Amino acid sequence: MAERSFAKEVQDLRLGDGQEFRGEGILAITKALLQSGVGYVAGYQGAPISHLMDVLADAQDILGELGVHFENSASEATAAATLAASVMYPIRGAVTFKSPVGTNVASDALANLASGGVTGGALIIVGEDYGEGSSIMQERSHAYAMKSQIWLLDPRPDLESIVRSVELGFELSEASNTPVMLEVRIRACHVRGSFRTRANQRPAMSVKDALEAPRRDTGRIVLPPASYAHEKEKIEKRWPAAVKFIKERGMNEIVPGDIGDVGIILQGGMYNGVLRALQGLGLADVWGTSRIPLYVLNVTYPLVPDEVVDFCRDKRAVLLVEEGQPDFIEQALAKILRQAAVPTPLSGKDLFPMAGEYTAAVMGDAIGAFVRQWIPDMLAPAVRASNAPPALEERHARALAEVVPPRPPGFCTGCPERPIFAAMKLVERELGPHHVAADIGCHLFSIMPPFNIGATTMGYGLGPASASAFNVKAGKRSIAVMGDGGFWHNGLTSGIGNAVFNKSDGVVLIVDNYYSSATGGQDLPSSRASNRSRSTRHPISAAVKGLGVGWVREIDRTYDVGRMRDTLKEALTTEEPGPKVIVASSECMLNRQRRERPLFNKAVKSGQRMVRQRFGVDEDVCTGDHACIRLSGCPSLSVKQTADPLKDDPVAAIDNSCVGCGNCGEVAEAAVLCPSFYRADIIINPSRWDRALAAMRAAVIGFLQRRRAGRRLRLA
Amino acid sequence: MDALTTTATTSGLDTRRPIAIAVMAMGGQGGGVLVDWIVELAERQGWLAQSTSVPGVAQRTGATIYYVEIIASDGSGRRPVLSLMPVPGEVDIVIGAELMEAGRAMQRGLVSADRTTLIASSHRAYAVSEKIVPGDGAGDPAKVYEAARASSKQFLAFDMAAISEQSESVISAALFGALAASGALPFPREAYEGAIREAGLGVDASLRAFGRAHDAAVAELRAPTPPPPPRTGAALKRFPELQPIGDVAFDAMVERARRDFPAAAHPMIAAGLARVVDFQDVAYGAEYLDRLKPFADIERGAADCPLTTAAAKQIARAMAYDDVIRVADLKTRGSRFSRVREEVAARPDQIVYATEFMHPRMEEVCGTLPAGLGRWIEARPGLMAGLRRLVDRGRRVQTGTIGWFLPLYIVAGFGRFRRGTLRHQREMEHMQAWLDQASRAARRDVPLGLELLEARRLVKGYSDTHDRGEGRFSRLMAMAARLEDRADAADWVRRLRQAALADAEGRALDDTIKTIESFL
Repeated sequence: MAERSFAKEVQDLRLGDGQEFRGEGILAITKALLQSGVGYVAGYQGAPISHLMDVLADAQDILGELGVHFENSASEATAAATLAASVMYPIRGAVTFKSPVGTNVASDALANLASGGVTGGALIIVGEDYGEGSSIMQERSHAYAMKSQIWLLDPRPDLESIVRSVELGFELSEASNTPVMLEVRIRACHVRGSFRTRANQRPAMSVKDALEAPRRDTGRIVLPPASYAHEKEKIEKRWPAAVKFIKERGMNEIVPGDIGDVGIILQGGMYNGVLRALQGLGLADVWGTSRIPLYVLNVTYPLVPDEVVDFCRDKRAVLLVEEGQPDFIEQALAKILRQAAVPTPLSGKDLFPMAGEYTAAVMGDAIGAFVRQWIPDMLAPAVRASNAPPALEERHARALAEVVPPRPPGFCTGCPERPIFAAMKLVERELGPHHVAADIGCHLFSIMPPFNIGATTMGYGLGPASASAFNVKAGKRSIAVMGDGGFWHNGLTSGIGNAVFNKSDGVVLIVDNYYSSATGGQDLPSSRASNRSRSTRHPISAAVKGLGVGWVREIDRTYDVGRMRDTLKEALTTEEPGPKVIVASSECMLNRQRRERPLFNKAVKSGQRMVRQRFGVDEDVCTGDHACIRLSGCPSLSVKQTADPLKDDPVAAIDNSCVGCGNCGEVAEAAVLCPSFYRADIIINPSRWDRALAAMRAAVIGFLQRRRAGRRLRLA
Repeated sequence: MDALTTTATTSGLDTRRPIAIAVMAMGGQGGGVLVDWIVELAERQGWLAQSTSVPGVAQRTGATIYYVEIIASDGSGRRPVLSLMPVPGEVDIVIGAELMEAGRAMQRGLVSADRTTLIASSHRAYAVSEKIVPGDGAGDPAKVYEAARASSKQFLAFDMAAISEQSESVISAALFGALAASGALPFPREAYEGAIREAGLGVDASLRAFGRAHDAAVAELRAPTPPPPPRTGAALKRFPELQPIGDVAFDAMVERARRDFPAAAHPMIAAGLARVVDFQDVAYGAEYLDRLKPFADIERGAADCPLTTAAAKQIARAMAYDDVIRVADLKTRGSRFSRVREEVAARPDQIVYATEFMHPRMEEVCGTLPAGLGRWIEARPGLMAGLRRLVDRGRRVQTGTIGWFLPLYIVAGFGRFRRGTLRHQREMEHMQAWLDQASRAARRDVPLGLELLEARRLVKGYSDTHDRGEGRFSRLMAMAARLEDRADAADWVRRLRQAALADAEGRALDDTIKTIESFL
């Protein structure tokens, strides 16, 4: 069950000819796939295209009606390999994953696919996780397009344009027998807009048809001598065919402008940013009218030399807006202009920063510099004499820098992974620090305060693999953390299998929260939920034992901090040889709340007896040392200023967002912190028996309390 | 190559600009809901809207920004080209779902004095870096208020988290109400409520929060003077009156306090007396005044007697130490039972039971025994270990049940024997040593004496935490002894205290000590 449901939105995928679609970019892409008569879709979730997978999952009925096959791939490599169905058969296929990390994983299959070439249109939709909000290393997918010769589309972040690129992308792929990569940036995936729809098309040939009438052609298989022929074919046939198609179909766009002696060449994805910057300079308006001619590269690889030359030839100067590095496009443009002996000066990374996201500010500065350099007299007077004061006075800026805290992402309220790392902290106190190899997933938040656990992260599911070198006799063992998502992605073989085979002595901690949580709570083979279209409930422990791990411990309630701590200690100290694997399982609280809260509220409404648990802190018992917070970091466990004149420091406090997971109490108990925590069991719609019992207890306890209160002096 | 636009390109630019709205929230706060409402609102009014967000793991409780641009349709049916990210200096409305997030918006240059309406909930959701500090690591809201008033066109801030909680709704609804009241968008209130109804989720609660926030915002906008920032620290302290309560012994003591101590110290002395008498008995209060006296004498004549005030606070804390008896007493009080009900916002018809998480160690047990016996046991490691196996484990105490309440109640009753317990003897010895050093210092150097009193702040927490705090306290006092005859001693002791409270690992304290040793 995914974090977000698109059950309502997917109905828009049924829209027919000439209707208006309103919604998010990812839904538009899905609709475009159906309009293009796609035969099969696969992919692996990951921001920013997680929701594309969620949409497809929620749209399975519609896909079924159209005879479109959809798979949740085990990894990006699986997804890319799925495109093999378009090698021999004229079936349009699309796969999606985040990039470049997903593309890294997929690259083996992609290279093979690109070498043999495709018959049916093959589209790879990559969510470019670059810039603000990105959770990965900052690189470009562009290099993959170039190295394997896959065409790269970078459409304007506008639904019309994205949809058009999907449709043309399939045609381009077929016209040039080359897979096509469609790059959508983070914000474009979630931009809400609208476009005119066309009716969905059934695939001309379905995978079923193909399966029943198999074909083969060794000329398409990557093996000498064919592989040598492939490389020649790429250059001699496919490339020219692609350039011809892009040109004829006008995939790149020109925005005419009256100031014709300069021009701007830009990646489609940069379009809105460039327009806004020009607007700021008084050279464009909100309807897309620009006074400076623009050459919009909706296809950033390959480039179309004639178009480039035509655009640049009669200009005094041209500016290239290319986000990310290396500056592949700038180098290519320079070569094209040089060879065509076009003298027009080319600006790009000389005015723009070489590295980093092209934010609105960066865009404004660089384009402003270009305009001032070449057409200063075209600037609105106000802009030319820009002596606007800084938004924030120096003294305020300094004051804010002091008080505004950094707020990186972290574990959610009640997260079952929190107690695991609290336990690791307690073990650290007893056995000292260990080398901890971290992995990709929510659990990576452990590297930040308050836990500060984890030394490296080498990629999804590669936590245990990244501890391989530490497989030597030593006074301490390495601890490798891996999530259930990473485990099924590749960790089972790259981590566990490798550890068993190499007789590793290390500890592997598998964090099993029933979902691929960091990507939005998609199901996995080990998910506990019953999923009507997928096979779940395959325990991680069974897989691990099956691979030959002898020492396996399962903890089915991570909130049991004491047990968690003792199990870790045992794993770090046991004499038993071979890898020690701990599978720590508790359901992702985000998903659990999403599932249970509505049911709970419904039951309460219907008058059923329900018990809600939440935690609290006794203000007068808490001394404000915040040791509990240093072992938790839970958003609902915070501090509050106290009115007690004898207390100098704020005391701990738990707000109403508490979901009663129990971590606070367990930690206070296991770490012998303090007795100020309490758990409140709130009985809603109490039964007659509850009331009677409560009354009886209140009578006795109340009597004693009044008795003592009577003797106590009534002080202010 | 296609011609992208159909419009004439020569000059004739449309100078209209879209209204830009940035929402600064924390993942999980429901900023997305607010954005969807804004889009719905605009589109229902015939405007064109575009919203974007930065999704994914970045939203797990971290600072997140949502961005919306809206513009009235020009009827031509053409779509505007809107920005996917806020342009510094060109944002019309910034909504901070938490005070510091509003501060962050200013840091990012999204707030400008000539055009930005800044709407923020004044509540604080403390960041981890603020919470984990052993002392007080909370950022000062006043700084954000100052910057906001100086750098925005209109600043509207009040506690919208409280409003949404009262309305059993989400903060987005309250923020939406404030937005409607601010008049920053050219839409009537009904249109906003229509957007909420359209979304169709938790409509009633949302409308309730929306309405209350709207009223609060209107009130603030009409207020003659802008409301002050939320009070923090000293401004929040509530002092009792130093006055008779109708108990002969206690009133005599009040009389004496009024006579012997400067008026400026009375509020703190009242608080101190209340605490120690509540902790033990009236006689204990008299002891408190005896211990306080020397410090008052030292600074006799001083107008705002800081030394006496500091002593009044810290001596009370030292005398009312947290032992098993105290905890049992606090946990079993009737007032506490009702406070728990309030804190968990229980309705009258609901039943609430509290379960305490206690982990008594042998140390606590011995401390509660008569001093002789306690020492006798502690002196026998074998016996200690044996008993530890019995005692030392986590216990879930259900205070609401008679079976658990009684033992706690009885332990709380041991108060009358407290003076004879091992813990009490140790606490008193420890306190006396501290007070002697402090008063000795104060006679020669009042500021130093003051700092030595304030140093007591380091001693807090229970078991391990308490031991760690006490360890630091001792190191500080030792350093202080070596600094005593220096002119800047007080200054250095203050720095030592601040360092000791800066981090849990004691790194800052080690560094400061190294620094001092470098010149000693």
